[in-house]
Amino acid sequence: MSIGTSLLLFLTLVGCTGPAPPGLRVSAAASLSEAVQDMAVAHEQATGVAVEVNLGGSATLVEQVLRGAPVDVLLTADEATMQRAVDEGAVDTPVPFARNRMVLAWPADGPSRTVEDLGDRDLLVGLCAPAVPCGANARAALAEVGVRPAPDTEDADVRTLLARLATGELDVGVVYATDLEATDGDVVGRALPGATTTLLAGTVTGAAATDAADFIDLLRSPTGVAILRDHGFEALEEAP
Amino acid sequence: MNRERALPRTVVVLAVVGSLAVALPVLGMLADVPWSRLPAVLSSDTALDALRLSLVSSLSATALATVLGVPLALLLARGDFPGRSVVRGLVLLPLVLPPVVAGTALLAVLGRRGLLGGPLERATGLVLPFSTAGVVIATTFVAMPFLVITVEGALRQLDPRHEDAAATLGAGPWTILRRITLPTIRPALVAGLALTWARALGEFGATITFAGSLQGRTRTLPLAVFVALEGDRDLAIALSLVLVAVSLAVIVGLRDRWWTS
Repeated sequence: MSIGTSLLLFLTLVGCTGPAPPGLRVSAAASLSEAVQDMAVAHEQATGVAVEVNLGGSATLVEQVLRGAPVDVLLTADEATMQRAVDEGAVDTPVPFARNRMVLAWPADGPSRTVEDLGDRDLLVGLCAPAVPCGANARAALAEVGVRPAPDTEDADVRTLLARLATGELDVGVVYATDLEATDGDVVGRALPGATTTLLAGTVTGAAATDAADFIDLLRSPTGVAILRDHGFEALEEAP
Repeated sequence: MNRERALPRTVVVLAVVGSLAVALPVLGMLADVPWSRLPAVLSSDTALDALRLSLVSSLSATALATVLGVPLALLLARGDFPGRSVVRGLVLLPLVLPPVVAGTALLAVLGRRGLLGGPLERATGLVLPFSTAGVVIATTFVAMPFLVITVEGALRQLDPRHEDAAATLGAGPWTILRRITLPTIRPALVAGLALTWARALGEFGATITFAGSLQGRTRTLPLAVFVALEGDRDLAIALSLVLVAVSLAVIVGLRDRWWTS
């Protein structure tokens, strides 16, 4: 085997096979896990362009984009996180496409909880880390109602927290309303007053602009609105 | 020189690519280290809590792994009982098991709804997940096999004549173990301890799955790096640097064991 052949083999193995079109690369906040999969299918049906989805905490996704990860569309769970990408010049004029609410959540087979329980040191309490939208929003909402939380874990994304609630390891936590839809009834909850967050979509600088614009249009189209509502989001086109 | 010339060029090229694949990410990270701010970053509360917790939990796990792992290695090397290879396989499983699976397995047994964790909480009120004790347990589970496999290997290569002689002279099993066996395998024991401690220090998956992530209680260095990536990249890099330095020190310390030149 010549050096050229072996290098080519090596590059194939590590997945750098050259200019094969990778489709549209969408990085989406963990709370969008199910909704964005449906969006991907709808986008592929409508345009023939395949969508690759990368899920994670919004702050991680922004960090990846700033570090040059190949991403075309960025979907964050709140405005503050997206603003960081805008400030660094990685995203231009993002658009809001949905709203989500924070809920107080507990395992369905456990006792019903109140907001005050979040400050109870005898209970196992979970929040998202302050650096991620679900953690920042939860703390802001709790500050409004004057509850000082006593968390036993501060997780880097909302789905990890949700899993701990679903398995009953935690007694109570704060997650998104849409997350409850994803647990098949293992986790139940009630809305936290005033805790609303806006999800934003932005095209990443240097992305496949037309495809990215198509995808963002889809989010706000009747099809997209139906998908978002199906997963418990308040789609912004529907807002009064 | 002769041996080098005999290697096909393809092999050399692939070897260079291979070494770069390992070295470049670490070297690249060094370029990102905020050197001027390093003392301030590493003396922040977040960093100090993680350093202290990592030191306490990794040393506790190493101690626990020694108390349980050395007898286990002795039994596997010397004991003659049915199913020994099955036991060895199970004991060494965490070496190759994804740590997140290890954490899930621990939850199934020691979680609040686990086989033992449920009764334990009802009887004593003690909950292991989300506690520092939980970190030590998860870390021991993942790191102990490194000690067992190292010590057992040394025991198998041990020349039994000294022990036989001691037994002939009337020494009891405990005396032989303490005065002959353990001192003879000392180098392997030290290497095993170093490997176990290094693995314990770097443990991430089992810990975050089983024990959660809270500053000062369960957020060890690797978990602190993971969380800091979300907001404070300088802190993430600074803590990573600490872990790289310690890992490097362990490898250099064990060089005679691995690089028999």
